[in-house]
Amino acid sequence: MITRIFVRALALSWLAAIISLQAVGQASSVPSSRLMTPEDLVKLLQSGKEKPLMLQVGSHMLFLQAHIPGSEYAGPAASDAGLQQLRKRVAALPRNKFIVLYCGCCPWNHCPNVKPADDALQAMGFMNVKVLYISDNFGTNWVDKGYPTVKGE
Amino acid sequence: MRLRNSRLLILVGAAAIIVGLYARWQKTSNGSKSESRKVQKQAPDFTLPLLEGGQLHLSSYRGKIVLLDFWATWCVPCREETPHFVELQNKYGDRGLQIIGVSMDDSPDPVHPFYQQFHMNYPVVMGTADVGAAYGGVLGLPIAFLIDREGRIYTKHLGATEAAVFEKDVVALLGAP
Repeated sequence: MITRIFVRALALSWLAAIISLQAVGQASSVPSSRLMTPEDLVKLLQSGKEKPLMLQVGSHMLFLQAHIPGSEYAGPAASDAGLQQLRKRVAALPRNKFIVLYCGCCPWNHCPNVKPADDALQAMGFMNVKVLYISDNFGTNWVDKGYPTVKGE
Repeated sequence: MRLRNSRLLILVGAAAIIVGLYARWQKTSNGSKSESRKVQKQAPDFTLPLLEGGQLHLSSYRGKIVLLDFWATWCVPCREETPHFVELQNKYGDRGLQIIGVSMDDSPDPVHPFYQQFHMNYPVVMGTADVGAAYGGVLGLPIAFLIDREGRIYTKHLGATEAAVFEKDVVALLGAP
């Protein structure tokens, strides 16, 4: 009897650990095949090839301070309102459109925005989506590297 | 039957330990990278709206040790730091520490319930992009600045920082003549 209770308690703790792990590491579950490094995006932007549609899906306050030239603010994807804004922005686009999503609000494992944004675009049938892998934050992994930025809207 | 239960027990226990360790590793790997820098420059003054109404002028805190914390409700490491700041304010407030939270949320709506939920015992103002830029750009959270009694930035802490690190700096400044 005691063993059975103990087993159940352990099973519950295991479940709780899995749930907490998923909550912490949302961005970590974006498949690596859909990740793009800042270096690769900079090379692409400088290559003269057709630029992707770049959407910042995090904090507007951070976007106003600095964002990638040519990128647009699409709302915080962690919220329903933000996701709605993102879906509205891309609704009319062809499903093979090259789209790059980025945030950089906080360390990758804690980013609440990129995973829901990526999920939303996948659900809409977009086949050519990349998520910018920003390991620490936009300041450290983009601005401090000397990559191009602009301020304001 | 008992043998099967024992095996199951060991299996579930081992799985729980592995998942727990992995979760811990995930949390502390690139999820909590922090950096502290010594800085010796005047803290840019600002006037910002207080969450509870009124205005806060940073310069009116001259003479106190100020811990200026840029944070947001959606920032997981910020949520983890907040209880430590509440504790620090309780512990060193009488000796001249004043923590000020600068919320970088896009709206005060989620900040009000957060303020209540975490029993925040220090003023919170709503930040702006201009104030962020004045502090070198708040392009990732959390970022905290420790400011001495003369209004000079003593240290800048980028990313989730251990409570002991803040406490060490606060004690050093409080003890300074």
